[in-house]
Amino acid sequence: MKSIRRNRLLLLFLLPFALLVLGFELLPLVGMTVDSLHDGDTGQWSWVQYATALGSKFYLQALQNSVLISFCSSLVGILVAIVAAYSITRLSPGTRDIILMLSNMTSNFAGVPLAFAYMILLGNNGIFTLLLHKWGWDVFASFNLYSWIGLTLVYVYFQIPLAILLLYPAYYGIQRQWKEAALLLGASPLRFWLHIGIPVILPGVVGTFSILFANAMGAYATAYALVGSNYNLLAVRIGALVSGDVVSQPQLASALAVILAVTMVGAMWINERMMRRVRRDLQ
Amino acid sequence: MRSGKWFHVSVVFLVLVYLFVPLLATFLYSIATDWYRTILPEGFTLAWYRDLLLDPRFVDAAGRTIFVCTAAILISVAVMVPTIFLVTVYFPKWERLLQALTMLPYAVPGVVAAVALIRMYSDGPLVLAGTVWLLIGAYFVSILPFMYQGIRNSLRTIDAIRLTDAAELLGASKWQAFRLVVLPNILPGVIVSILLSFSMLFGEFVLANLLIGGHYELLQVYLMRRMSESGHLSSAIVVAYFVLILIMSGMVLKFSRSAKGAKL
Repeated sequence: MKSIRRNRLLLLFLLPFALLVLGFELLPLVGMTVDSLHDGDTGQWSWVQYATALGSKFYLQALQNSVLISFCSSLVGILVAIVAAYSITRLSPGTRDIILMLSNMTSNFAGVPLAFAYMILLGNNGIFTLLLHKWGWDVFASFNLYSWIGLTLVYVYFQIPLAILLLYPAYYGIQRQWKEAALLLGASPLRFWLHIGIPVILPGVVGTFSILFANAMGAYATAYALVGSNYNLLAVRIGALVSGDVVSQPQLASALAVILAVTMVGAMWINERMMRRVRRDLQ
Repeated sequence: MRSGKWFHVSVVFLVLVYLFVPLLATFLYSIATDWYRTILPEGFTLAWYRDLLLDPRFVDAAGRTIFVCTAAILISVAVMVPTIFLVTVYFPKWERLLQALTMLPYAVPGVVAAVALIRMYSDGPLVLAGTVWLLIGAYFVSILPFMYQGIRNSLRTIDAIRLTDAAELLGASKWQAFRLVVLPNILPGVIVSILLSFSMLFGEFVLANLLIGGHYELLQVYLMRRMSESGHLSSAIVVAYFVLILIMSGMVLKFSRSAKGAKL
């Protein structure tokens, strides 16, 4: 009895956490969702915000662009990471630690500083732009950093270190002995990867891909710093509705934010379903 | 076998080159006198760094960033360490809930959080929109995943439940068990969380810009605004920021090694 009462007293120490999480995490999100389901003029419950958002060519295009750039940059990022992370596991432990630290360090290189670095490299007066011009490689003359392809390139940059960081542990599921056993039993390296290696890392690959996708969907600073509001992305559109510390058209902004969040969660959900299916086939 | 090794070394080398070229270019730009007509800079100078340090706007912005980040992290440590400890040891059935709450910020991008926070605090009983308190609250939430994982892992490593049991059996009060036995043992893990949170918050732009951008300029916002005016000055900021990240990464490595060592 006494210990129960004492434990109750301990609950008091959880109060600050509860208040902070409620105040700055849960209530704002719930409020925003409720807001998105209201008509701004009449204050009635309605789907009108979603109809506006998904019915307008402008916002629909923003959503499509966001999904496309997230998908492409995640795909390139994961492909590079699949090779690179494996290569890292083949190095000596000391080198491995240093490489991982360096790679993790560059994962902090995103947003405004990253956009700026790419301007120095590939902008109108960028180093590579000048270099290629001097060498007369005019194939790249049409390259424009401030376009879709340029933006994708910058997205790929911040996806790669994250992908390596997340995918790297998956390779530890493959043990050396398995490979040796398979080789002894007469499997070629190709067959080993096809039947053992790839199935083992596949859940890791799928999971990492979904995190990369969500990461790119939510990215705002990089695109904002590079192309401002010129390129139509969902996160940039939502940011554009916030001016100073006021949200213009708060209900519409809320609906767009909910759509963005749903797309991200949806991608993660689809991936999880796929992963389960892959695993069931295995069993 | 030998050629395979070389293949892996070259792959890793190429990826590292790819990842470091933008950084190197930024560094060169920050010590270049003029660099827009030629392939290599026309000359080198440290003037941009001097200009930066003499710019009161930069010093102010750096001070504000340090203040906001420190405040958010201090609050987070003061709140999260006891919370995670108590839930782990005394209320294990709430662990799933705690994990869900602390991991949620991963799934909520900055723009979404900004819209939600401004909407909630622009009217009603508590008007915080446009104040630094809203930003500190938002930062508290966005570092929750780092704090949770770091602290939870160190508690697991030292087997906090049995450690607390043992301490209490030997006559220590709950408070003594926490302060004298658990806290010193999880300190390296807490420090790693703090450093990770710092490097994440220092590079944070979305919330800083959308929540109070205009009238309370933080480093990232300052960088964004100076970018179009002076590229050299901006690259000096980026390099300074990266040196800071490098120092912190080194410290993380050192402390996580000693955190692992504590297990033995």
